[in-house]
Amino acid sequence: MLSTELVTAAYIGSSVLFILSLGGLSNQEKAKRGVWFGIVGMAIAILATVLGPEMSLSPYLIPSLIVGSIIGLIVAQRVQMTGMPELVAALHSFVGLAAVFIGLNQEINPMKSYFGADKVIHDTEVFLGVFIGAITFTGSVIAYGKLAGSITGKAVILPGRHLLNILMVVVCLVLGWMYLNDLGWTYLDQTSIWTLLAMTFIAFVIGAHLVLAIGGADMPVVVSMLNSYSGWAAAATGFMLGNDLLIVTGALVGSSGAILSYIMCKAMNRNFVSVILGGWGGGGEPLADIEGEMVATDNDSVASMLENSKDIIIVPGYGMAVAQAQSSISELTKRLRNKGKNVRFAIHPVAGRLPGHMNVLLAEAKVPYDIVLEMDEINQDFPETDVVIVIGSNDIVNPAAQDDPNSPIAGMPVLEVWKSRNVIISKRGKGTGYSGIENPLFYKENSRMLYGDAKKSVDELLTKIS
Amino acid sequence: MIIGALKENKKDENRVALTPESAQLLAKLGHKCVIEKGAGAGSGFPDVDYKAVGVKVLASGDVIKNSEALIKVNQPTSAEIKKFKAGQVLITFIWPAQNPQLVKDLNKKKVTALSMDMIPRISRAQKMDALSSMANIAGYRAVIEAANNFGRFFTGQITAAGRVPPAKVLVIGAGVAGLAAIGAAQGLGAVVRAFDVRPEVAEQIESMGGEFLFLDFDESSSTEGGYAAPSSPEFRKKQLECFREQAPDIDILITTALIPGRDAPKLWLKDMVSKMKPGSVIVDLAAEKGGNCDLTKPDQKIVTKNGVTVIGYTDFPSRMAKQSSSLYANNVRHLFDDLTPENNGKVVINLEDDVIRGALVTHGGKVMYPPPAPKVKAVPTTQSNKLLEKTPDQQKTEEAVAVRKAGTFQVGMLILGGLIIGLLGQYAPPAFMQHFIVFVLSCFVGFQVIWNVSHALHTPLMAVTNAISGIIVVGALLQVGSTNFVVEVLASISVLIATINIVGGFLVTKRMLAMFQKS
Repeated sequence: MLSTELVTAAYIGSSVLFILSLGGLSNQEKAKRGVWFGIVGMAIAILATVLGPEMSLSPYLIPSLIVGSIIGLIVAQRVQMTGMPELVAALHSFVGLAAVFIGLNQEINPMKSYFGADKVIHDTEVFLGVFIGAITFTGSVIAYGKLAGSITGKAVILPGRHLLNILMVVVCLVLGWMYLNDLGWTYLDQTSIWTLLAMTFIAFVIGAHLVLAIGGADMPVVVSMLNSYSGWAAAATGFMLGNDLLIVTGALVGSSGAILSYIMCKAMNRNFVSVILGGWGGGGEPLADIEGEMVATDNDSVASMLENSKDIIIVPGYGMAVAQAQSSISELTKRLRNKGKNVRFAIHPVAGRLPGHMNVLLAEAKVPYDIVLEMDEINQDFPETDVVIVIGSNDIVNPAAQDDPNSPIAGMPVLEVWKSRNVIISKRGKGTGYSGIENPLFYKENSRMLYGDAKKSVDELLTKIS
Repeated sequence: MIIGALKENKKDENRVALTPESAQLLAKLGHKCVIEKGAGAGSGFPDVDYKAVGVKVLASGDVIKNSEALIKVNQPTSAEIKKFKAGQVLITFIWPAQNPQLVKDLNKKKVTALSMDMIPRISRAQKMDALSSMANIAGYRAVIEAANNFGRFFTGQITAAGRVPPAKVLVIGAGVAGLAAIGAAQGLGAVVRAFDVRPEVAEQIESMGGEFLFLDFDESSSTEGGYAAPSSPEFRKKQLECFREQAPDIDILITTALIPGRDAPKLWLKDMVSKMKPGSVIVDLAAEKGGNCDLTKPDQKIVTKNGVTVIGYTDFPSRMAKQSSSLYANNVRHLFDDLTPENNGKVVINLEDDVIRGALVTHGGKVMYPPPAPKVKAVPTTQSNKLLEKTPDQQKTEEAVAVRKAGTFQVGMLILGGLIIGLLGQYAPPAFMQHFIVFVLSCFVGFQVIWNVSHALHTPLMAVTNAISGIIVVGALLQVGSTNFVVEVLASISVLIATINIVGGFLVTKRMLAMFQKS
């Protein structure tokens, strides 16, 4: 058995290790060490808690730990890199659900008795923890469904949804006030638990409703926002249990998610609030007409164009992930690089459905990370580039963001691919992108469309380039 | 529709309007092609090649008789026009402004005549722009002719036998031909300079590897349609001064300056030629319109007294007949693509279509030339560029304002935060305040640490924060030994799912990071 002081010391150690773990992610080499810091920190924290003075054992404990570990192991090994967004969303929901359970437990059977201001604070903490946890839970479940494709990716917008949300939040506030003042029926010595349960239920609805109303193109923001929420839920749990380790870790995760959401919003030139409230702002002005015509090309012309160019930039998007084209693209890159061509990748911050999604897919396909550049690093290089290959991305290369003030994505920073000499766009059909916005890039003089499934197109290219 | 390609009867004309390749593509649109015997011989397409792709080869009189559409390169002769039938479609270079009599004759025959030189210069019509494809070839060929008559290398070389300076090439007029010439000369290794009255083409010149001769003069000379317009006397004086300076320095001059519907401007005067070094070459691509150089004689190559060769050929595209025929045939084929919207072999003359309307000279017994102005301007106005670019000073002041704004915002936030925390401190119990300190500090640490995370690692970051947020297991662990059964069960479930989070999160992160590798 460890003393309270020793447990606290272990917690301090874990906190430091967690901070180092996150800090390690500043570059690819240090990151691998960073994960070990995290694992060790977590092991110390769990061991210290189990051996600590506040702990009383339960027969369910060991089975729960073992079953959880096995499931985690299987999931982590089986998941495909294209399925990362779904996995991340699913894991967020677990944290949310755990926070709800712990909050309810705290109400049913508090570990200490609280009086006066302490009680008010404690009850507020429980209430908030459950509220955030519940929203995280259902929000993540819906996000999972959307990413996995079992729920429509389009924004589901109920009539009067803002009013509905406000109404639900007001009801929650009223329930919270009742909860704090122990109003309501008494049942089996348990005062006012029904207010907590009712609020939990409403928070579930709020979480689901919020995410349902957000369109698929905004998913990177939603996932990072839920990441943030799961952190705040952990921090709130820490407050209610008076556990500093939980507070520290929750705050780290919460701020991490908040920063990611901020970066994503910035990358789309959107306001965080408007993303959360969902849907594009309806533009009154008509959109600028698009001049020109889409000109199709074929693999032979693309192959000879690639043979004749020196600087090539590939811009991958969600379409690459859908078609699982990353390894074919990696092979193409390898062959072109062997011919002495300068091949690089340009990644827009919101490409894919998760921050950094494209980087992971390219890494999986063994594309060296030092030729994978982000938007700000590569945007000024497009005018000197011979060929840009756009694979399955649309909005992030849409010149309307700069040219057309009436475009829904006006002002969003985009990859300026049209400034290069030639642009090849691999695209499944003539339709618009995920967000349904016309893309004038396809009509530019130096653009050529390569229709067809991204993987098939690249595979055919590979037969022509040795 | 049966499309018949006629043999060119102009002297020294080797081109043909139909190639075996374009015939195949026209067949895909539902058209049948026939060709006059020997029409492709000059371009290196023998009759057997046409037969092989299903094109009927007819004797010279039969083509007009048997076709519904006729394609050609040059203007039809009066003998041909006599044989035309009402309603036949004719596609060729007509130059309606310069040939009013030809237009009248065609109209009399009620022919639907489309002129390849009248295709508007808009992006959509680029694939049919035969002027550009011919100019491209002319520009390239001009460099080849120059090289042929120039006694030296284009590239500068340092050899064991001595040093060779690079040839210096000046290109006047950076239209399609000029740009092609810049590219070709550059490719051979010459030092290329170029001049154009339109300052906005500087970028295009530089993109081809040429150096733009900048004239400090405030006059833009671009018109609707992307061609150059005549310039003022002051401008001309300055321009000639610049050329006079260049004359003794350059080895090769290629002039391509044309103004639509006028004689070519005289830009290279006698005295400039006399200042050039012996052995220099002038290729005048404007020879057909009188030439940009005083000494140019159309269709001839002359050598001046001081040893400068002046080439005034007018048939550059025909000198590369195979190349120019296949490009021209493609242009014609693209025009048919637009004329046959249903791909069913039926030609539709859509007067609403800017491109077709623009090219239409006569139709149904009416003279359609000149067409209404096309709606789109080919050259972007320079004004929008000026609006976008800010002076460094403006930028500096804007940055300063932004910094000051951010500073004020930060101070405001700090004061607000301080007030809230103060208020909390007033009422909250000490235990809470201690936890609160930890919380606020952790948020700040989090913000500082996360900003440094590289963009590429955002997905691993999410996975690892996911694993770490599994720390909530600690809360569940503390509750799991509760005497209350409900609490025990809920806590056990929490332990289970939090463990999934921890194990799954860390393993997935490890898996992802292992994939990142340096080249």
